[in-house]
Amino acid sequence: MTYLAKPKLHHPTLAKNAVGYTRRDYEGAISTLCAGCGHDSISAAIVQACWELDIEPHRVAKLSGIGCSSKTPTYFLGNSHGFNSVHGRMPSVLTGANLANRELIYLGVSGDGDSASIGIGQFAHSVRRGVNMVYIVENNGVYGLTKGQFSATADKGSKSKRGVANTDEPLDMIGMALLLGATYVARSFSGDKKQLVPLISAAIQHRGAAFIDVVSPCVAFNNHPGSTKSYDYVREHNEAVNRLDFIEGRDEITAEYAPGQVVEVAQHDGALLRLRKLAPDYDPTDRIKVMKYLQERAAAGEVVTGLLYLDPASSDLHEHLNTVEAPLNQLAERELCPGSVMLDRINAALR
Amino acid sequence: MKRIEATNDFVVKFANVNGSGSASANELFARSILRMGVPVSPRNIFPSNIQGLPTWYEVRVNETGYQGRRGGVDLVVAMNPQTWTQDVKEIDPGGYLFYDNSKPLPKSKFRDDVNAIGMPLTEICNATYTDPRQRQLFKNIIYVGALSALMEIDPNEIERLFSEQYKGKEALLQSNIKALRLGRDYAREHLACPIGLRVKRANSVGNKIFVDGNSATALGAVYGGATVCAWYPITPSSSLAEAFIGHCRKYRVDPATGKHRYAIIQGEDELASIGIAIGAGWNGARSFTATSGPGISLMQEFIGLAYFAEIPVVIVDVQRGGPSTGMPTRTQQSDLISCAYASHGDTRHVMLFPEDPTECFEFAAQAFDLAERLQTPVFVMTDLDIGMNTRLADPFQWDDTRAYDRGKVMTYADLEAGREFGRYLDVDGDGIPFRTYPGTHPARGAYFTRGTTKDRYARYSEAGPDYVDNMQRLQRKFDTAKTLVPKPLLRPADKPARFGAIFYGSTSPAMQEALDVLSARGIHVNALRVRGFPFQDEIADFVAAHPWIFVVEQNRDAQLKTLLVNEAKVNPSRLLSVLHYDGTPITARFIVDQISQHAAARTVVPLKRVVS
Repeated sequence: MTYLAKPKLHHPTLAKNAVGYTRRDYEGAISTLCAGCGHDSISAAIVQACWELDIEPHRVAKLSGIGCSSKTPTYFLGNSHGFNSVHGRMPSVLTGANLANRELIYLGVSGDGDSASIGIGQFAHSVRRGVNMVYIVENNGVYGLTKGQFSATADKGSKSKRGVANTDEPLDMIGMALLLGATYVARSFSGDKKQLVPLISAAIQHRGAAFIDVVSPCVAFNNHPGSTKSYDYVREHNEAVNRLDFIEGRDEITAEYAPGQVVEVAQHDGALLRLRKLAPDYDPTDRIKVMKYLQERAAAGEVVTGLLYLDPASSDLHEHLNTVEAPLNQLAERELCPGSVMLDRINAALR
Repeated sequence: MKRIEATNDFVVKFANVNGSGSASANELFARSILRMGVPVSPRNIFPSNIQGLPTWYEVRVNETGYQGRRGGVDLVVAMNPQTWTQDVKEIDPGGYLFYDNSKPLPKSKFRDDVNAIGMPLTEICNATYTDPRQRQLFKNIIYVGALSALMEIDPNEIERLFSEQYKGKEALLQSNIKALRLGRDYAREHLACPIGLRVKRANSVGNKIFVDGNSATALGAVYGGATVCAWYPITPSSSLAEAFIGHCRKYRVDPATGKHRYAIIQGEDELASIGIAIGAGWNGARSFTATSGPGISLMQEFIGLAYFAEIPVVIVDVQRGGPSTGMPTRTQQSDLISCAYASHGDTRHVMLFPEDPTECFEFAAQAFDLAERLQTPVFVMTDLDIGMNTRLADPFQWDDTRAYDRGKVMTYADLEAGREFGRYLDVDGDGIPFRTYPGTHPARGAYFTRGTTKDRYARYSEAGPDYVDNMQRLQRKFDTAKTLVPKPLLRPADKPARFGAIFYGSTSPAMQEALDVLSARGIHVNALRVRGFPFQDEIADFVAAHPWIFVVEQNRDAQLKTLLVNEAKVNPSRLLSVLHYDGTPITARFIVDQISQHAAARTVVPLKRVVS
C-alpha cells in the first residue's frame, strides 16, 4: 500500500475535537511496515489518544531510536517535530529535548531491540531520572529490519521462525521499570485498542516517567506457533488486571459497575483515573505488591496487562533539578549572561 | 660549591604524596609570589590515584612572564621518600634540595653539586601537635614558612592570603599563621637565609588574573548562554563540569524564585551525555558536554548524527594522553584527528584551539554562537595543561552589547507569513539551512529529523542524488565555517626569516619563549598560531611563503600537520615536525633544541628555490 499517496482531502463532516482538529490531522505519512504489523495499531492508538485529549499536534515531540518501531513516528502526528536518532539512544536525546523545553509532550517510541538490548542502559537511566515522558516499547521479541534474530525480551524456550529455541532468559522491562522508579507502568497488547488508547492517554497526562510495554506481534518473523509474542499466544495468555475506562473531565461515569469494582486514582494535576478492576484486590499504587503479583503471574505463564502501577505523588526531572518554569530554550541574554560588571568582580576575585 | 643565584627567575618543584594536603600549601607558595608582583606558572603533575602515590607541583617563577614549562629544577622540596632519588637527580647543578632531616640520611643519598638544606619538619610537628592529621597538614605550612625565609618571600603576603581564605574562621586562621611562623622562625634561626633563589617585589603581574582553564571554559559557557550541560566524570575534564555547576549556582539562579536557569545532568556514560546535549540542541537550547579522548571515542556515532542531522552542540575536549586510558593525568594534543573527522561516514568538524584561560573563556562563549550559526558540533580543544593548572592570564572581557547569534531559526511569524521552509534548503548559498524549534507552529515548519538520507524538505529519501546534494551542501557549509572560526595570529620575526613555525593551544607559552631565545641566537622564525579549524587561506599562504615550516605539536603522529596537508593542501615536504608527547607539557628548551637542530641542517637553500 505504501506506493499509494495518502489522500489529503478530509471529509467535511469529520468530527473535530475541542481544539479544532479532526482525527485525520493527527495522522502521519502512510506506513511502510508490513501489512498486519502490530506497530501500526499502536500508531493508530497514539493518534486516537492525542485527538481525544485535544492536544495540538505541534505540541508533541516524537523521538525514537532505530528499528521498525522507531520508524513509526513518521506514521503519526505529521505536524509534530520528530527525531529518529541513534540505535538505543532515544532516551538520552529525549531527556535533552525535555530539558530544553518542559512545555512540550515527549513521546519516546522504541522497540525491544532498541530498548532492551543496545539501549538498556539509557532506558534504565531515563526512567531513574524521572524524565517527564511517555516511553512506549513496541515489543515483538524479534529484530525485524535485520530479518528475525531474537531480541532480549524473547522468552526462554520460545521458538524462532526457523524453529530454534531461545536459551537466554528474557529481559523483563516492566519489572525493571518498576524497580527503577517509573511512576506509571502499563502493559498492553497492540491487538487490544480499547485497552491501549486510554493507557496512552493517561500516560500522556502523567507527570514523570510513564512506561508502556506494548506486546506487538511481528507478522513477518514472530507470529508462528512456538512464539510467545504472536497474536494467538498473547490473546490466549492475556490477563488484564484492570480496564482504564474513563478519564475525569471527558466522560460521565455511566457504566453499570457494582461498588468496589471501580477504583479511582488521582494524578498530580487532580485528574482522576477510573479503573475497572478485573483482578480482585489488585492495587496499582502499591509497588511492592504489584511486583510480587507480576512475578507470580509471569511464573504461571500469563501476560498481565493493564495499568500495572501508578504513583499518584509522582514528580519529574525538572522538579528534581529545580529549573525555572520558562522553557530553557526561550531564555535570552538578559536571563543567561551575568554581564561585564559581574565579570569585573570575577576578575578581581582571581587576583 | 657552585650555587645558583637567581632572582625572580627559577623553578621550584615540590615532591609530595597525594592526599597529604600539600596541594593547598603549594598553591599558597605560588600565590604569595604572585602577590609580590612576580609572575608564576604552577603545574600539577599527579598520578591517577587518590591517596599515597607521588605527586609533584612545579612552580616556575619568571619576572619576564614566561609561563611555559621551563625544564630543569633549581630547588626541590623533597617531601616524598618514595621519589627521593628521582627528585634529587633532577636538580640542576648548583641547585638546592630542601628536605626533612628528622631522620639522618646516608651521604650517598645526596649529590656533591647540590646544596642540601635540612630541616627537622617531622620533629617540629611532633613536638608541636598531638593530632596525627594536624601533624601532617601543618608540616606543609611549616615548610612554606621556612621557604619564605629562605627565598625572601614577604610573610605578610602569605598571612594576607590566609586571612582571605579563612575569613570568619578565626581558629583556622590563627593555627595556620602559627605554623607559618614556626617554620619561618626556625629557618631564620638555624638555616643560612637567604639562599641564592630569591623573590624580589616587582610589578610584572599587573591586572592579570590567576585561573585554571577548566574554570575559565565553564565561565565562558555561562556567558555564552549554555543552559544544558550533560557530562560524565573523566580526568581531566571533570573539574570543568564541576566549575560549571559552581558558576551556575552563583550566576544562574532566578533571584525571585530561587529556580535554576540551567539543567545539568551527570550522565551514565559519555554516550548519554552527548545524546542529552544533542537532544537539547535540537530543541533550541544551548548545550554542551565536557570530556576527554576516551569520551570522544565513545561519542563518535552521535557526533556523526549531529553533523548529518545538523544539530548545534558544543563539545569541550580536555585532551590527555591516549590511546585508551593512556596517561589519564598527563597532557597531550592528541585528539585532533579523532575530533576533526569524528564519526563513520564523511564528516568534518569545527575545532577551536584556545591557548590559555582567557581564550578558554572567549572560545567557549563563541563556540555556542558558531554551533548555532553553523548548526553543527563545535569542538573546543583544550588539554590538561591548560585545563587543570592555574595560569596568569589577561582578565576576562565581555561586551554587554553582544547578542547571542542564534543562527537561522524560522519563527512562528515567518511561517505564518508563508515563508518557504525546507529544513535542508540552502536559501542563502552558504550551505546553512533554516531550522525550526519543535512546537513553533500548529500547521507549518514541523519536520522529521533523521540520520538517514532526506531531501531538501526533510522527506525520507534513499535516492543517490538527494544524498549527494545534501553532502555537497554540508561541504559548502564547512567552507562557510572557515570565515567564522578565529583567525590565526601571526608573530613576525624581528628580522626577515626563512623559517616559519605553526603551533596551537597550550604550546603557546613555551613557543613564545622559544621564539625569543631563538631570535637571540640569530635564528629568526615567523610564527603563526592556529586558532581554529577549518583552516583559513592565510595558513596555506603562510606555509607557501616559507621554504620550511616547523609544526610544533604535543602528539606523536603530527596530527595538525596531517590536517594541514589534508585540508589546507599544503606541500608536506616543507613541513618539519617538532613533536613532544611524553605527557609533560612541552618546554621552550625542547622547542629551541629541536628547531636549532633542524635549522642547522637546513642552512642550504632548497633546489626548488634556486631554480624558481
